[in-house]
Formats: sequence, structure tokens, C-alpha cells
Amino acid sequence: MNTLISIFPYAIGFTIPLLTAALGGLYSERSGVVNIALEGLMVIGSFVSAVIIHDLYPYLGPTSLWIGLLGAMIAGIAFSMLHAVASINLKANQVISGTAINMIAGALTVFLARTITGSGNIHIQMGFIPTDIPLLSKIPIIGPMFFTKTYATTWVMLAVLIISYFLLYKTPFGLRLRACGEHPQTADAAGVNVYTMRYIAVGISGALAGLAGAIILVTYSSEFNGNVAGLGFLALAALIFGQWKPLGILGSTFFFGFAATIANVSQVVPEFKNIPGFILKAFPYVVTLAALMIFSKSSQAPRAAGEPYDQGKR
Amino acid sequence: MKWTKSLFTALAAVVLGLIGGALLMLVTGSNPIEGYAYLFRGGLMNMERFGNTLGSATTLILTGLSVAFAFKTGLFNIGASGQMLAGGLMATALALTLKLPKELMLPIIIVGAMLAGALWAAIPGLLKAIFNVHEVVATIMMNWIAYWMVYYTVPAYFKGPMLETESARIPDYASLRVSWLTKLFQGSYINLGIFIAIIAVIIIAIILDKTTLGYELKAVGFNRYAAEYAGINVPKNVALAMGISGGLAGLAGAAFYVGYAYNMQIGVLPAAGFDGIAVALLGANSPWGVAAAAFFFGILHSGKGYMSAMTHIPPDIGDTIIAIIIYFAATSILFENLYEKIMKKIKANKETSTEAAA
Repeated sequence: MNTLISIFPYAIGFTIPLLTAALGGLYSERSGVVNIALEGLMVIGSFVSAVIIHDLYPYLGPTSLWIGLLGAMIAGIAFSMLHAVASINLKANQVISGTAINMIAGALTVFLARTITGSGNIHIQMGFIPTDIPLLSKIPIIGPMFFTKTYATTWVMLAVLIISYFLLYKTPFGLRLRACGEHPQTADAAGVNVYTMRYIAVGISGALAGLAGAIILVTYSSEFNGNVAGLGFLALAALIFGQWKPLGILGSTFFFGFAATIANVSQVVPEFKNIPGFILKAFPYVVTLAALMIFSKSSQAPRAAGEPYDQGKR
Repeated sequence: MKWTKSLFTALAAVVLGLIGGALLMLVTGSNPIEGYAYLFRGGLMNMERFGNTLGSATTLILTGLSVAFAFKTGLFNIGASGQMLAGGLMATALALTLKLPKELMLPIIIVGAMLAGALWAAIPGLLKAIFNVHEVVATIMMNWIAYWMVYYTVPAYFKGPMLETESARIPDYASLRVSWLTKLFQGSYINLGIFIAIIAVIIIAIILDKTTLGYELKAVGFNRYAAEYAGINVPKNVALAMGISGGLAGLAGAAFYVGYAYNMQIGVLPAAGFDGIAVALLGANSPWGVAAAAFFFGILHSGKGYMSAMTHIPPDIGDTIIAIIIYFAATSILFENLYEKIMKKIKANKETSTEAAA
């Protein structure tokens, strides 16, 4: 039990970037654009924030971390526009466009990193330091689980999650955005500009995916090395497992984050030593496949996701 | 689509990819003309390098065929990497366990790898056929399951004497490399896989164009409802198409892990699986187009090391160019429209000239 409590902070640390990226995917897919490029956009975010923080830290100290996060979001938006143009205007196959962006991101960032540092890796001097929340961390059980060794970014992202929920479900903007993903022709007839809404949604997903990559860098990794270990794809799985709903995503990302953390610490924690590593690591993917089997017949997926919007089509 | 149109869009994507690469070289302070000269010389300048190009192309032909075959049935197999790993792991396991003469060993390894890849793809294929699970997501999940399977299986059972992160060296009697081929190409990576790849191109071309199976698969790809109405068993064809597609990727795994390479590294999803998507797109999903596109990417792959050694351009430029080419291949509607415009103009010119002559 104690070990379970003590790995909670790590599980949360691992969950947050996953949650951030999956939220990004939520915006895009809810507007009708499948965004398989999350992985690549995370790599871009991780790279840009690493460069910014590496260069600015000596002058600005911890402030540079926030500038790095902001820079990652801007770079994510810029790069996601490649996907937006391809899938909204040029009516490209969205999965292929996303795959291309994943490949461009992986190759381009390593190319640039090698040009800059010679090795392809970029270290940052210092990331966010995990801190205990005063008072709250003293609560028995819940304190050590949720309020010790927390990162500032965790609280920021929980706020973003709540804002996203309200934005998507309680505002006209959210209704329009979701309408574009369910039935774009109807949305258009009601006076919504489907193209603009999709551009905005893809832009938000780029910002969040870029941020997710940067969060990995400033919390537990502190090194850019050209990939984010498939977290973007895991976020995609979490999006489906969470059935395209903000709270569902919170649940599924935490579930995956917890499973991954157990897999990572299983060698040193006696309770988990007997579970083979392969089972723990493959667990989230197998669970997602199982969930897909159950849900696919009555899927909650946005109906128009993956289909280019054609005004002439009814 | 008419083949001239496919060729035009493919060449346009390649040219834009090369221009993109040139811009990157310029931005980072290198001379693109010099860079490309070394890149292409590195891929073609002597028998050894030409052999390496063919060696790289071998894997890409097979993964490209895998993706293209699934595309023909309207399926997007993004899991060629995982199927390659499944095939490669099977090939490695057989190569390190069995001790038989090479003439027996190689067919067993090749068939084993093909079956492993086919099985790995048949799972998403069946999920699609029975439960309507989207094959893109399912194959991505299967990629990562394969990744972790290799990650834990290789160190546990097939570890080499030195490193924890790779398998033992593939013995000569189990390797697709053969001395006459290696000698002919002056010690390059080329191996028997190239013949497997060429045979696969021919067989797939025959299946698609000359058999009932190919006709049914393509019918499902064009319009699955129409195909169903015509009495074609759609779920069966979907599962079968994924199985064959995976079998091709499994062969790529054998060609790569017990032919091109000496052992199996853990912790890598082979890039060739994703490059296969580029190859299929550029080759317009036709088997011979795939072979041509794979050869071109093979040059980029084997030339980038030489270019990076002779200049200061990092080798990753090769992958960047490939990625840019896929992006433009995906947005090919741009060039298709351009092609239509050019064709219309040529036609109009002809008409006016014949009118003038009359």
C-alpha cells in the first residue's frame, strides 16, 4: 500500500503530458480532423523548448522554463498548420498527412539539433522542481498521493482541462466546433464557417501537443533526444479509450500513466517484481484494442472525423 | 488514375522534397549542389555502394508493397513496422535456435518470418472484419505491442555475449547474405532479400491484375458496399488483405534483421515500416511503381552517410527529404489539378493549330 501511494506522484507526472496531448487530439477530432500527428508535434515542442531553455537559462533562470513552454506552443501551432492546410484545403488523406508530419518532425529536429550541438541531443540545465503543497500535503493518504512532489505544470494543465470542458460543452464556440465534427453540412447551413473552425481546432491541438512535448522536457526528462517514446500514439489511444470526452480522457490518461509508472518501477518494487515487464508495458495497448472491440460498433467517435469537408456534398 | 498523371504527381513530390532539402542545407550554411552531388555519388558511385542501395531498397520494396497492397483494398496499414518486428523476431529466433544446413535453414526462416508478420497483421484485420475496429489505430497499437515484445524477448532469450540491447550475431548458415553476392558487390550489405523482393513484386502484380482474389480485393477497396451487393465476402477479403500485407512486411523483417543487419537491436521501431507508406504513395500503389520508388529512397538511405562524411550536413537530411516527399505526395491534389490544367492547355493548343491548318 505504501509503495502504491509513493508512486502516485510519479504516475501523475507521467499522466500530465499524456493528458495534454490527448486534449489536443480531442479538439482536433471533435472538429472533424483526425490528428495522428500528435507524436510529431510533441517532438517539435520538446525540441523548441529545449533550444529556448538551453539558451536563455543562464540569463533568466527559471523564468526561461515558462518562455520555453510558450515557445513550444507557438511552434506546435505553426507546425500543425501544415496538417490543417493538407487536410482542410487540399483534402488530403488525414492519416497520411499526419504520418508525414510525424516523420518530418522526427527527422528535422534531429537534423537541426545535430547542426546546433553536434550530437543530436540537447540538455537543459534545470527543469521544474517538484514541490509539496503547504497544508494539503499533510492530509493523510490523500496528501502524499496528490499534493507532494507536484510540478507547477500539473496544476496548469488541470486548469486547462476544466477550461476545455467548459469551452467545448458550455459555450457557443464549443457547440459549433463539435457540430463541425458531427455533421459539417448542417453546421455550415447554420452559418458556421467549417473551414475556420477546423483551422482553430487544429491550431489548438498543435499548441497543446507542443506543450505536452515541452512538459516532458521540463518535468521528468530534461533532455531532447529526437523522440517522445510513442507518447503521442499513446495519447491517441487514450483519446479513444476515453471516448472523446474530457473527463473520460482524464480517466484513461491516468490509467495509462499509472500502468506505465508501475512498469517503470517494477524492477525495484518487490510487489510488482513477479509481473513480467512485457505485460505491464503492453498493457495500455492491449486494453485499448479490447476497448475498441467493445466500443467500435457503437462508437462515440465524431462522425465526420477523417473526412475532408466538401461544400458541394450533401 | 492514368499512369502519366501518377508519374507527374510523383515527380512533382520528389522535386519539392529535394527543393525542401536544398533549402534546409542553405539555411544551415551548406552548399546544396555539393550536398546532393555527394548524396547521389554515395548511393551509386561504385559496385559496393550500388549494392548498399539495393540492400536498403530490398526492405523498402517489401514494406512498400505491404502498404500498397492494403491500400488497394481500402485499408491503411500503418503497422508495417510492428509486422516487420514480428517477422524479424521470428527470423532471429529461428536463426539462433535451429542448426540446419543453409539450404534448409533459409526457407524455414523466410516462411516463418512471413507467417509471423501475417499473423501480426491478421489481428487488426480480423478486428476490422468482425468488430469494425479502425485499422489505423489497431495497427498502431500492434506496433507498440511488437516493440515491447522485442524489448523483453531478445534480452531474455537471444542475448549476445556483449550487450544487453541486441541479439547474438546471426550465424553465417542462417544469414541471407551469401558470399558470391557479397563478393560481386565488393562487400556491401546486399543479400538474397533482393530476390525475395523482386519475386514478391511479380507475385503481387499477378495477384492484383490476373486473379479473382485481386479483383475482389480491389472491388472492396473501390466501394465496399457495392462489392458486398455484388456478392463479395467483404470481411473475409479485409482480413485476407491485411494478412497478405503483413506477410510482406514480415518478409521485410527477415530481409532486414537476418540479411541487411547482423543482429536485432531492441528499442527501435524500424523506420522502414513508415518509409513504406512513402514508397507506396510515390509508387501510386502499383507493384512496379513501388519498386522504382524504393530504389530512389534506397539511394537516399545509402548515400546520406557518405554525404555526411564528405560535408558537414547531418545524415538526417535524407529522412527529412523522404518525409517532405510524403507530405507532398499526400497533398497530390495540387499537382493533379496542375496536370489537368497543363493537359487542357496542350489540348486547346492542338485544336487551335489543327483549326488553323484547316
